[in-house]
Amino acid sequence: MIYINKISKWYGHFQVLNNCSAGIKKGEVVVVCGPSGSGKSTLIKTVNGLEPVQAGEIIVDNTVVTDRRTDMAGLRARVGMVFQHFELFPHLSVMQNLVLPQRKVLKRSREEAEEKAMGLLQRVGMQEHAGRHPGQLSGGQQQRAAIARALCMDPVAMLFDEPTSALDPEMIKEVLTVMVTLAYEGMTMIVVTHEMGFARQVAHRILFMDEGRIVEDTPKDIFFKTPQTLRAVDFLSKIIH
Amino acid sequence: MNLEFMQGALPLYASALLLTLRISLLGIVLSLVLGLLCSLVLYQRERERSRALWGLGKLVCVYIEFSRNTPLLIQLFFLYYALPKLGLMLSNEECAVIGLTFLGGGYMAESFRSGLEGVSRVQFELGLSIGLKPLQLVRFVIFPQALALAVPALGANCIFLIKETSVVSIVALPDLMSVAKELIGMYYNTLEALFLLVLCYLLLLVPVSFLLTLLERKLRYAEFGI
Repeated sequence: MIYINKISKWYGHFQVLNNCSAGIKKGEVVVVCGPSGSGKSTLIKTVNGLEPVQAGEIIVDNTVVTDRRTDMAGLRARVGMVFQHFELFPHLSVMQNLVLPQRKVLKRSREEAEEKAMGLLQRVGMQEHAGRHPGQLSGGQQQRAAIARALCMDPVAMLFDEPTSALDPEMIKEVLTVMVTLAYEGMTMIVVTHEMGFARQVAHRILFMDEGRIVEDTPKDIFFKTPQTLRAVDFLSKIIH
Repeated sequence: MNLEFMQGALPLYASALLLTLRISLLGIVLSLVLGLLCSLVLYQRERERSRALWGLGKLVCVYIEFSRNTPLLIQLFFLYYALPKLGLMLSNEECAVIGLTFLGGGYMAESFRSGLEGVSRVQFELGLSIGLKPLQLVRFVIFPQALALAVPALGANCIFLIKETSVVSIVALPDLMSVAKELIGMYYNTLEALFLLVLCYLLLLVPVSFLLTLLERKLRYAEFGI
């Protein structure tokens, strides 16, 4: 489904991604973790072309992301993305947030878009807040609405960029519950997160990154029981109390 | 105060008020359009590195500096007295509206720009990530938020432009200021003439101010949703 083949990226002289390769099969849940500044967010943003790469190749659902001729808007419409700072459009109500991309990108009718949006809001437990503006919602509610918005587009895969890092502890669970359900339903997911509980529960594989490299790409049981690198052992000892 | 004199002068003030209103409205609408176009050029230039945009951007910058750093009085003088020497004759009213637009465009452009730059960059990334094309992104996501941010500054510009119309008498337009000056010159009823003048400007500007506050509240609602 997603092939990342030897990609590298530089910001000026600083190399953020160093020869990274990974493959994600349909229905697979991959958790990306590692210390801050290791390139996790950059890696995930290269998958839908938000961050261009200078070397290597990325193929998502038979579309070559790194090809300049690719219709990027069309590709991005098929890959859902959820950001750290639970970004919604603040000038639109929750319902309008979900309807806008469906109408403008997928050209759905208003009725169809609203029906779809309502169904997904119900799924994330947000149907009562459809008419509210993002400023009136808690972080957790905003993040659940953001997930619903991504799902409205019937994505082939979902990317999560630290979806719970900016949330109060109490709200993390409500967002993770939605994500766990999604994982069990067979959604292909790449999740950048420090929530090791989530990783243990639903991840198939863990990518551990350090200094722009993928230093481990292992099934989760192996990663948690017998990490292959010292860097990962060190990281796990700090993150799991 | 000579009430009889004031009563007699009222029709003069009324027609001058209408003229001031007409020129202001035209000037404001046109400078909003001009300012928006200029600010979009500057905004797009930040995102897209093309030679055409770079040149256009430079031109816009020069224009903004020119319009904001020269007095309207001098801009009007130029339009009214210098352009005919170059073979371009404009009517008094055209001069006034063009002058006001030239001045206002620069101010409006800067206000719009502050709004556009106030929209978080993540909104841009977010819009792209759901598959919006750049133009759709600006139209449905960036612009509405920018407008909400820019409304106070745009409103202040509108009031500023209306007040600036008080110099259009130099291109021989019978606006409020010129009516007052003429009456003073002819009848020496300085107090009454100036009193009516102030009253007229208040009559014009207080409702505008009030409308702008309402508009601001409505648009800010959209921004913060409170």
